[in-house]
Amino acid sequence: MGEPRLIEISPVTRVEGHGKVTIHLNSENEVDEARLHIVEFRGFERFIRGRLMWEVPVIVQRLCGICPVSHHLAAAKAMDMIAGVDQLTPTAEKMRRLMHYGQVMQSHVLHFFHLAAPDLLFGFGAPAEKRNIFEVIKEQPELGKRAVLMRKYGQEIIEATAGKKIHGTGAVPGGINRNLPIERRDHFLSSIDEMLAWAQDAVKLARDYTLEHEDLVAEFGSFPSNYMSLVREEDGALDLYHGNLRALSSTGNVIFDQLPYPQYHERLIEDVRSWSYMKFPFIKELGPEVGWYRVGPLARMNTASFIDTPIADAAHKELKAVTDGHPNNSTLANHWARMIEVVHCVEKIRELLNDPDLQGNDLVMTGERRGEGIGVIEAPRGNLIHHYQVDENDQVTYCNLIVSTTHNNEGMNRAVKDVAVKHLSGHDQITEGMLNHVEVAIRAYDPCLSCATHALGQMPLQVELFNAEGELVDSKAQSV
Amino acid sequence: MLLIGYGNPGRGDDGLGPAFSESMAARDLTSWTIDTDYQLVAEHAFDVSGHELVVFADAEIGSAEPFSFREIKPGAPEVLGSHSLVPETVLSLCETLYGVAPTAFVLGISGVEYGEVKEGLSDQAAANLTKAQAFFLDWAGRLSTA
Repeated sequence: MGEPRLIEISPVTRVEGHGKVTIHLNSENEVDEARLHIVEFRGFERFIRGRLMWEVPVIVQRLCGICPVSHHLAAAKAMDMIAGVDQLTPTAEKMRRLMHYGQVMQSHVLHFFHLAAPDLLFGFGAPAEKRNIFEVIKEQPELGKRAVLMRKYGQEIIEATAGKKIHGTGAVPGGINRNLPIERRDHFLSSIDEMLAWAQDAVKLARDYTLEHEDLVAEFGSFPSNYMSLVREEDGALDLYHGNLRALSSTGNVIFDQLPYPQYHERLIEDVRSWSYMKFPFIKELGPEVGWYRVGPLARMNTASFIDTPIADAAHKELKAVTDGHPNNSTLANHWARMIEVVHCVEKIRELLNDPDLQGNDLVMTGERRGEGIGVIEAPRGNLIHHYQVDENDQVTYCNLIVSTTHNNEGMNRAVKDVAVKHLSGHDQITEGMLNHVEVAIRAYDPCLSCATHALGQMPLQVELFNAEGELVDSKAQSV
Repeated sequence: MLLIGYGNPGRGDDGLGPAFSESMAARDLTSWTIDTDYQLVAEHAFDVSGHELVVFADAEIGSAEPFSFREIKPGAPEVLGSHSLVPETVLSLCETLYGVAPTAFVLGISGVEYGEVKEGLSDQAAANLTKAQAFFLDWAGRLSTA
């Protein structure tokens, strides 16, 4: 009989930001407890206090270098509310939507090809030196080139709508500060068909993987949960930019529907646990034990009634058919869902580029000022809530952020434990390949840990195995 | 020729790279394409593939010199992440994807204050920036007349 052991994976690799996984084994080498710890502290909710409201959409982008546009737009929507603007001009809303679809497209592409593809192509237990994008490119060079060009396309859309690829200034309280010149529109239109074809190929890749590994996908880090996302107000369609909140149970029962997002705090509560800086939100009426929920691409596929772009809608129907129209609880199906959203984004970008409203000059609305603003958006990784109060001097007095990775906190922890129990329990030796299984489960959520908290610098990449006396039994180095 | 200055201007002296490239963009360097970014990312491999010479300008930690300047080669593929590429990895990705790797240099400009969330350079970093600018303009000038 061995001694209890503690295994740490710190930091978790090929996710955004840094986290740590601890797996507690008992004396029988069975997994006792497994947790994802977020060990960095975010000070943004305090830091933002005292700043002027018009600065906020620009400042909050500094939360994250990966999805700054999502924070920019969520904050801008909150500031619209404070500015008393409930309806933007067509040009402003469509420019913001274009920015958002560019952001979601490039983020999803990066995650699928750069972070997830090595696992999917070579297997979760493949040697560590094999599991990187360079090896993917060696096997499928065309895929690598497409990944770079698709991400570049999304980044250029962001630059054209926000002014800069990162930390742009496009959205302002009540509107937008630029339109899209004809020559930029034509530049984007010249390669949109190619982007759509590549996006469709990417969906096929993710779909084929999911269906060809049906047994693995069905059991790997999978479990029933509730799901939540924005859906379009009038018909429940997928809407990444705006709508009302819908929450469904694991079997598809409605928990709440068409809830105006300024009322989010009437239905959601954030729980705190001592071992993580990240909060654990849950649906108030269900309580913390059963009220937790998941967000993100698969959650959106589960909650949306349909998709209003034809190619993505057909792919959505195909995904839904796997579970006979019920919510899909398979964590790994997130990859398929993510690529369906890439197609949707490209279809939306094409639709917008052909809309003359993008060249309009009516950019900003004004209204009767309010003291409180709430902005909600579907960021690449899921639902993102920004909530502010301002004083009579336009200075922020209160800020609460619930980012996608925080919504998914409980789900990721359950996925870690599920995989740890299935793949690590009962083994005398814990191999690097086994540990990667845990990371694969986390990676499927595409968590942005630097966003859920705030990273200061870079941690060394180390996986360490300690015995009960705290002696280092094994270690391995990994790349970020 | 391509100059990429990168770093986070919201982290004090980490903004040295952008400060450098923006100062060069304000000058009439006709033979240079100048890019400023928050970080090096995968698509920079595409950008550098179209140039014969690339200079990466970044803040440097822990150096006693005001700046350093060194030639680099493709390498470090194991550190390919999504938001933390090093210049060697960009070159390696470029070589792998496009079969070319330009001549490349890293200009590291020394900074001293990185911890706080604030904009603006420290006095020491600003002085180092001035020296790095003078060096680069001299080097680039000699390059164009060679």
